Amino acid sequence: MSGREEEADALVELGRSVVERAIDAGADVAEAGAHSGSHLSVKVRMREPELVEQAGSRALGLRVMVGQRVAATYTSDLSETGLRTLIEDAMELARLSEVDEFAGPPDPSALSQPSEWEDLDTFDEGISRISAEEALERALIGERAAFDFDPRITNSEGASFTRARGMSALVTSGGFAGSDIGTYASIVVNPVADDEGGKKRSGYHWSAARHYADLEDSQSVGEEAARRTIAQLGAKKLPTQELPVIFDKDAARSILGLFAGCILGSSIWRKSSYLVDRAGTRVASDLVEIVDDPLLRSAPGSRAFDGEGLLSRRNVVVEGGMLKTYLLDTYSARKLGSESTASASRSPSGGISPASSNLVLKAGSQSRDELIADTPHGLYVTSMMGFGFNGVTGDFSRGASGFLIRNGALDHPVSEVTISLNLDQLLQRIDGVADDLDHRTAIASPTFRVSSMTLAGS
Amino acid sequence: MDADLADRLLRIALDKGGDYADLFFEYSVNGSYVYDEQILKSVRRAVSMGLGVRVMKGDATGYAYCEDFSFEAMSRAAQTAAQIAAGGRPIHPIEVSARKGPERYPVAVESLDVDGEAKKAILERADRAARAADPRIVRVDASFAESSRKILIANSLGHMARDRQPMIRFGIRVIAEDGGNRQSGSSGGGGRMGLEYFDEKTPEWHAEQAVQQALVMLDAREAPAGEMDVVLAPGDSGILLHEAVGHGLEADFNRKKTSNYSDRVGEQVASVLCTVVDDASLRGSRGSINVDDEGQLPTRSVLIEHGILRGYMQDRHSADFFGTTPDGHGRRQSFRSHPMPRMTNTMLLGGEDAPEDIIRSVSRGVYAKRFGGGQVDISNGDFVFSLTEGYLIEDGKITAPLKGVNLIGNGPEAMRKVVMLGHDFEVSDGIWTCGKEGQSVPVGVGCPTIKIASMTVGGTQVASG
Repeated sequence: MSGREEEADALVELGRSVVERAIDAGADVAEAGAHSGSHLSVKVRMREPELVEQAGSRALGLRVMVGQRVAATYTSDLSETGLRTLIEDAMELARLSEVDEFAGPPDPSALSQPSEWEDLDTFDEGISRISAEEALERALIGERAAFDFDPRITNSEGASFTRARGMSALVTSGGFAGSDIGTYASIVVNPVADDEGGKKRSGYHWSAARHYADLEDSQSVGEEAARRTIAQLGAKKLPTQELPVIFDKDAARSILGLFAGCILGSSIWRKSSYLVDRAGTRVASDLVEIVDDPLLRSAPGSRAFDGEGLLSRRNVVVEGGMLKTYLLDTYSARKLGSESTASASRSPSGGISPASSNLVLKAGSQSRDELIADTPHGLYVTSMMGFGFNGVTGDFSRGASGFLIRNGALDHPVSEVTISLNLDQLLQRIDGVADDLDHRTAIASPTFRVSSMTLAGS
Repeated sequence: MDADLADRLLRIALDKGGDYADLFFEYSVNGSYVYDEQILKSVRRAVSMGLGVRVMKGDATGYAYCEDFSFEAMSRAAQTAAQIAAGGRPIHPIEVSARKGPERYPVAVESLDVDGEAKKAILERADRAARAADPRIVRVDASFAESSRKILIANSLGHMARDRQPMIRFGIRVIAEDGGNRQSGSSGGGGRMGLEYFDEKTPEWHAEQAVQQALVMLDAREAPAGEMDVVLAPGDSGILLHEAVGHGLEADFNRKKTSNYSDRVGEQVASVLCTVVDDASLRGSRGSINVDDEGQLPTRSVLIEHGILRGYMQDRHSADFFGTTPDGHGRRQSFRSHPMPRMTNTMLLGGEDAPEDIIRSVSRGVYAKRFGGGQVDISNGDFVFSLTEGYLIEDGKITAPLKGVNLIGNGPEAMRKVVMLGHDFEVSDGIWTCGKEGQSVPVGVGCPTIKIASMTVGGTQVASG
């Protein structure tokens, strides 16, 4: 048996013993999520090592129900005393909480079996062997590439390399036991250039992958970071106006992230989403297809089963601009009189709520450059700032920076403006979707264009 | 933990030739209560404990942590952190002795030690008051969070300090519905105190605030877009200082010269009306600390005095670089993270104007009453922050409420445009959490009514003509 299997078995055993003890203590339902992980994180700055951080950790979250009274506890103290406190606290808190008629575990028949789980290729044994020296070297190469790329790169917020490995096990009194393992490596380079008027411009680029071999090489990450930083030099405001806006894939992902929060069953029954009562209606232009797919191979949000042990499945959320489904866990499904979409996410501290896995806006057929060339005048947004979004109403207004588009080409850089439009209208005004989708992030989108938004500037 | 154990671990940490080492022991308990749909629906408790070991060699830091207090685990963490200085000669730490900090949050009974029924009752009261306030209130949820963080820091210079940091935070959120129009409102507060907090700010008072905000927003209209005068309400608007000025004055960015305030001590960086301080000593405030997470005793730092930049907020690393003493700004989220310069309670001190005169002086502008949060780009000072409650000012009067407004600007430019300051200085109630490089720490903010001549307001209504 490999070390990996032994580790998984040990975590499952830990979960199983806590579940049994909680049931013995009087719980009607007990669910334990056990986690272990290790990481190495290094940072270099101005060609010198700045930080080497290394640690491993283990923790356990417990959720219990006494009748339909629910409580959750968490501890990083896995000693006998720590576990006893964990269980006693959970029982004490469950007696304090009140009966929630919708609370309850999923039906045992809905739980998935090991034979049904797909291997999603989220683990790379080699990642854990990357030494601090190798990690520092990769970060140094990235930062050096940024400095060498252009003499206007005069400073640096540093370059970091991280490798991480995480394992989790879920055991429930309903009869589920399973474990999951994943690895992750990432590099980010963050150069700084001097701009006019004593201002500085800081930019970055990064790569991340579950397999070490899939990580972009440090040299090209550093060069791209430098390119992005230099491109912002001389950024100006624009006059206040209405104009078409193209969101590059990083900015587009952030828009999709706002939408992701509004399709969760928990936001719907709490009435804290503008998408309440909108299932089956148009929520985006007919160019928009959005899928939540936990079964993508090697993607950041991939998982074989959800946080309640249900078999993962692909959910089409938006098709031809029409909202097909919300993302539901067992609880929100009961609240909304529906079935779980196997979208439960269990937090390390024991709470459960629906969440997206890999939420993907499907690629279109145009290239990014064609989309820009097709825009005589507009704003190309590369990054956004601030928290200007109200999920209840969909009102959206955030700081933006990027480039002016003039005559179908990127012109001067732009900063210190805001862009505003209600998210409902924004998605319905998408009139171009590019083909540059990648799966670096769990929420992923290609570049897209919105036909008109309000820009506030000078 | 005793001085003897600290000495042994520090010796291991410096065994490879590090210049400096410190140990950060932490034991924290967090509780949370959510009252939703008229029942206490979710109750949680979490225990987190561990030791973080830091070793410094020149500008490089080695960091490791462990989650159990066995000598074996702790010495392994010390050995791992020590590797940063591999190849050097062992250095002997000075024997540690304890030093005593002030007491800025004397809490007779910590919230965690109070029976859960008392907290349930507080949430019930808030819920009942909000539901009774208006038939248009269709949803209410109220939450209460409590924590107690015990820390002990020992370093190779021989210092040892400890602190116990209690915290509570209450919040209520309501949704009002009128026809097809739905709006939310919220209110919250707390600090380093016990349940006596509610003697002054009752759950009913918070419910009333949240209800009023939601009802007002039902009538909100689209916000204007473009440059205009902006008046900031006292208290919470201090978040503007935090973003626009505070982050840029954290010494790590200035050590690296990546802040737009680098090398500018002694220069005019704000209007002469502005004096900005960061003060860890406010009694019971969310941002207050008796000792920082490096064992230093923080006081009140004057950052900007009558518009002149006086200094930065230092941690140990940056203080060494600047040849000054650490001033108690070294903070970290937990034993899992290394410390860095952070704010405590950041405040713009009051001026001499009457708040009503400030409003009266604006012919067309925005009154910013409450904020959802903000963000800054340190390198150039550009910031954005979003309003959760804002109003139009027309001909010197506050008029219509506005939907989703953002304010965008540049730190130094906005601070130069501060043209009036009220005599109504207030410290915000305890709701703010600051994020930096993935680490969250509780902070406080404060300010009087502020008039900024011309800021960009990010609404949707482009003025015609």
